[in-house]
Amino acid sequence: MVDIQSKRTPPPVAERVPAIRWVRDNFFSSAWNTLLTILIVFVLFEAVPAFFEWGVLNAVWGAQDHTSCRSEEAGACWAVIAEKHRPMLFGLFPYEEHWRLLVALIIFISVICITLSRRFWNVKILAPLWIANLGICSLLMWGGLFGLPYVDTQQWGGLPLTMVLFTGTVVFGMPVAVLLALGRRSHMPGIKATCVTFIECMRGVPLITILFVAVNVFPLFLPQGLEFDVMVRVMVGMAIFFACYQAEVIRGGLQAITRGQYEAAEALGLGYWQMMIRIILPQALRVCLPGIVNHIIAAFKNTSYVLIIGLFDILSATTAVMQDPLWRLFTIEAYLFVALVYFIFCFALSKYSQNVERWLDEGRR
Amino acid sequence: MENLKSSASSQKHERLVIELTGVNKWYGDFQALVDINMSVRRSERVVVCGPSGSGKSTMIRCINRLEVHQRGRIVVDGIELTDNLKNIEAIRSEVGMVFQSFNLFPHMPVIDNLTLAPMLVRKMPKKDAEELAMQYLERVQIPEQAFKYPGQLSGGQQQRVAIARSLCMQPKIMLFDEPTSALDPEMIKEVLDVMIELAEDGMTMIVVTHEMGFAKTVADTMVFMDAGEIVESADPSKFFTAPDNPRTKLFLSQILTH
Repeated sequence: MVDIQSKRTPPPVAERVPAIRWVRDNFFSSAWNTLLTILIVFVLFEAVPAFFEWGVLNAVWGAQDHTSCRSEEAGACWAVIAEKHRPMLFGLFPYEEHWRLLVALIIFISVICITLSRRFWNVKILAPLWIANLGICSLLMWGGLFGLPYVDTQQWGGLPLTMVLFTGTVVFGMPVAVLLALGRRSHMPGIKATCVTFIECMRGVPLITILFVAVNVFPLFLPQGLEFDVMVRVMVGMAIFFACYQAEVIRGGLQAITRGQYEAAEALGLGYWQMMIRIILPQALRVCLPGIVNHIIAAFKNTSYVLIIGLFDILSATTAVMQDPLWRLFTIEAYLFVALVYFIFCFALSKYSQNVERWLDEGRR
Repeated sequence: MENLKSSASSQKHERLVIELTGVNKWYGDFQALVDINMSVRRSERVVVCGPSGSGKSTMIRCINRLEVHQRGRIVVDGIELTDNLKNIEAIRSEVGMVFQSFNLFPHMPVIDNLTLAPMLVRKMPKKDAEELAMQYLERVQIPEQAFKYPGQLSGGQQQRVAIARSLCMQPKIMLFDEPTSALDPEMIKEVLDVMIELAEDGMTMIVVTHEMGFAKTVADTMVFMDAGEIVESADPSKFFTAPDNPRTKLFLSQILTH
């Protein structure tokens, strides 16, 4: 098959590694590796079948009441989720109004999915979509119109509360983070000093403290009669905390952009904001995308801190529900369910960010 | 402003478009530019040469305020360079610059690299900007690369895109800061050819380069810099055959004999 005229030959066929050699190379290549392999196999051998037996084989999937979960041979009591999922997912929201939250949640998550897919990246589609989305979801959650009973934000809870806090944190936090990062690199000493002080002060304090201040201390400084909803205060506190961490990530990205990019933009006559928005930030955000997503995922889980100021997100709602003496033995199962919910959202975010990275690499070496 | 309008039509060769008077610049204690005096007429082609670290790049970067001079006056197209941001932006949109390292925007295709500034700075409609961009891409002979990303082009192609990008702002003056120094030898010619063509069309140009063949072809004036000073400024026939200054002689002997 080889053409004698040409010295070019096809690339060598990939060598097929026999299974035994593959196992030896990957699991038993040294004494230390062999030891680790044996140890891990032992742990898996002990844990996996036991968990399977507990979680699947002997599990109680549905039950009339808690007694069937209490028998000697019963494993995991998944029935607790069937029994308690509504207060877990929707918190203190009036029971007969839960359908409103479900509808709001479905609409909200669908709109987010639409927003995240590239096909719909067009202001003419997204702007009206979001206005409608926010309008409908606010109506469903607050009510007070069209015969829907009014529900105070203090009664909001569960997964919708988590979603509201999370999206609020990211949507308000990201622009602030960008501004702080740019400010910290500003040549104007006043702006730079302000941003540095702000970032360092906020990063130096636990989130719980910030929430506590936002909820309990901040109102003391407001003039009489002026009052912000507790939800707004919490969201602002979380957004600021998020922004300070994110600003440092973005600053790292900004530092990766060469001076030549700034100079080329300046030499073309672009103003500061034109240069930043069109040239510098798109590249900088691309560089630090993994770090940005990391903090966004952290922000999703940080919403559970609202527990300490008396709001019931999905985690604290579950804790509260599990005080029920009939079911409190099965708290672990309930928490595993909550963990699964968190995992689904965080994993989706992480997968999505991998997609974004791939899109941004398209057409480039 | 009066001068600006009349300049284009009448007395092309009389009007000074760039004037540097007693320009000094320091980096900390190090004096990078020492009493630079230079003037450039409309359509004049000035080639600046000199050993590395002699202040050539610093000087031309002062002309569009990428570097800030600390003493002296720089007047470009009738506008003096001061801290006034409006003036700086006005001058930058009239002065194109080509860099040694191309500095294309890697996150956007070639066509967007070209249309960006006309659309943002000149407020040109997208369609017109794209037409203009294709026109200049044809002029630098790579219209077929319009929708590729800069990273997919060769060095020579990238530098030609960079030249086209500057030209899309329809500048009155072009500055070239060692445009061929980062290129592989076989790509230097394609870039120099574009620059020669530009010179033939009457563009006012200041070029920092070590390409003496190019200098001989296009330069109206040769400037030799050393240690932050302009040592010699002469027309090329005199400069290459009978330079006045011994430092110029030494430099030329080093650069021309290797």
